[in-house]
Amino acid sequence: MKKGYKLIYKRPQTLTKTRINYCPGCFHSTMHKLLMEVVEEMGIQEKTVGVCPVGCSVFAYNYMNVDMQEAAHGRAAAVATGIKRMLPDRYVFSYQGDGDLAAIGTAETLHACNRGENFTFVFINNGIYGMTGGQMAPTTLEGQKTTTSPYGRDPEKIGLPLKMAEIVSQFERVAYVERVSCNTPANTRKAKKALRNAFEYQGKKLGTTFIEVASNCPSGWKMTPEQSLKWLEERVFPYYPLKVFKKPDKKEV
Amino acid sequence: MGEIRLMKGNEALGEAAIRAGLQGYFGYPITPQSEVMEYLAQQEPHHNYVFLQAESEVAAVNMMYGAGGAGARVLTTTSSPGFSLMQEGISYIACAEIPCLFCNVVRGGPGLGTIQPSQSDYFQSTKGGGHGDYHTIVLAPNSVQEMVDFVYLGFNLADKYRTPVTILSDGAIGQMMEKVELPDPVEYKPDKPWATTGKTKDRERNILTSLYIQSEDMEKKNQKLQKKYEKIKQNEIRFDEYKTEDAEIIIVSFGLSSRVSRKSVDIGRAQGMKIGLFRPQTVWPFPYEKLREYADKDRVKFFISIEMNAGQMVEDVKLAVCGKKPVHFYGRMGGIVPDSYEVIEQIKKIKE
Amino acid sequence: MEDIMPAKGYVEIDIERCKGCDLCVLSCPTDCLALNISDTNSYGLYYAYLKEEDDCIACMNCSVICPDAAITVYKKEDQPKQRS
Repeated sequence: MKKGYKLIYKRPQTLTKTRINYCPGCFHSTMHKLLMEVVEEMGIQEKTVGVCPVGCSVFAYNYMNVDMQEAAHGRAAAVATGIKRMLPDRYVFSYQGDGDLAAIGTAETLHACNRGENFTFVFINNGIYGMTGGQMAPTTLEGQKTTTSPYGRDPEKIGLPLKMAEIVSQFERVAYVERVSCNTPANTRKAKKALRNAFEYQGKKLGTTFIEVASNCPSGWKMTPEQSLKWLEERVFPYYPLKVFKKPDKKEV
Repeated sequence: MGEIRLMKGNEALGEAAIRAGLQGYFGYPITPQSEVMEYLAQQEPHHNYVFLQAESEVAAVNMMYGAGGAGARVLTTTSSPGFSLMQEGISYIACAEIPCLFCNVVRGGPGLGTIQPSQSDYFQSTKGGGHGDYHTIVLAPNSVQEMVDFVYLGFNLADKYRTPVTILSDGAIGQMMEKVELPDPVEYKPDKPWATTGKTKDRERNILTSLYIQSEDMEKKNQKLQKKYEKIKQNEIRFDEYKTEDAEIIIVSFGLSSRVSRKSVDIGRAQGMKIGLFRPQTVWPFPYEKLREYADKDRVKFFISIEMNAGQMVEDVKLAVCGKKPVHFYGRMGGIVPDSYEVIEQIKKIKE
Repeated sequence: MEDIMPAKGYVEIDIERCKGCDLCVLSCPTDCLALNISDTNSYGLYYAYLKEEDDCIACMNCSVICPDAAITVYKKEDQPKQRS
């Protein structure tokens, strides 16, 4: 470090030293970083247990230096329920993609939200199945081309994309729902604040917290990272707006 | 002498689980085991466990994975169609080496089947119903007392070997009422350094996973599992025998059919036939060696497997006997329980 | 009126962690970062580097947007009348 300077940011210690293998520009990396920064800043590394999904982030446990369990595809909400019910004073989060949470795992997701399970969902919604080669997801946009919708998603055939943040915010015992993104530094800072809020509310036992991330997939979308940000801004945000859908009353917080 | 009560099999299972230090129950209603859930739901306020009715058996088995992985003593009960839904979860649990206790109160199948008792899930339980090279220890009680004893045994074996254990019950044992001696409650304080309870400064993070993407790693994991199963085979075989010391005809039977067969032994003996009953109490690991010993004896003329299915355990009996003596089979399906006289008629037919 | 100085800083980029995604370069308000297209790291990727150190104002846009947490940020201490 140069003389006369002070360190104002470095990589959180709660990330392992392993080089992160997600594609260049992928928000999985960003979200792993933000999640671990929140864990470090709140000083809760010893009290955090995560559940990782099947999908690109199946290897999340290689990068996050907290106890983790690998769930079967779609079942992270049930696994997180089991953990939180046994260890109610730990900070439990599930980290899932759009197939895991909104296709095969819809029942587990909705019922955990309906019961108001006191853990945090981190939902990475990039409208595609990245790990398996770029197939259509329940959140793929109308007209978007993927390997199983080569002519564009046709709502007549397969319906419109699912809006999970909107859906879960209707449950009585869900305390906090926000959709965020990481396409600009400003939005990334807001995403980190949303994660922090979610963990604080979990600590206060206010109910289920649900952070949906409008995310990118440069490889699956066949774009550069820069182009993927443009796609988010022009096509994704109009359908999946970034906002707070539900938050606890001031007096509960 | 423990507390003596007249109890229904399903309720005895629930009571035994509570006394054994149950910490989490996750299940879904299905006949003929819903009484276990109802009993545990009713008892919850008086004890220190979490009872949660899940939205499906798929969710229930994954809650088991999470809770068991967090270090808790966990139980789920279901019946055949629900047990099919749990197979994926059991495969994951076996690979991640999480102690869990399952109880399948078997009913007639396949498909939605009937609510009457059956033994047609033997293959599913012992030859693996889920994918991959794994086993669960399978205990086969034949009375309400054994249900209770096997709950304690099942929990302890699960912890000892870090493996899922299945109690293979059936609708009749679940529903019947018998006198049972309940064991004393256990204060459960386990030491599970592998559990995901939060990474403290003194250790590395714990990861519970079944993903080993490099083939060499996957093979190593499988070798580790196989070694464990060898150890279980060496140490945990259990069986029961009735009048086999001089038997010429050996009935091999487990669970409810063994109750029927035991009476058949008495009927046969009264008619001058030298029959004995060999009853595996663990159907995995299966007592191959002991059966082979009987096959080697000159006095033994043949074996007959009595089951409530189309012929499942008989294949293991044939493997054990290895062609040395004839192995026959008699069974009823669809939830029908054979009666002891019927069994004797079959044996007489074979003798001719 | 006293002179008001802009904030001053510099960054270090971990060449091996960097994947050349270019997002830091795009996010930098003073254009002091660039991709080094005449060299690659051991993964064969162009990495970003601090091209104009004098222009860095330690705003942290780059470290915030970097997906791989490859950037470390330093800020000058005790700057009088600093507008950061």
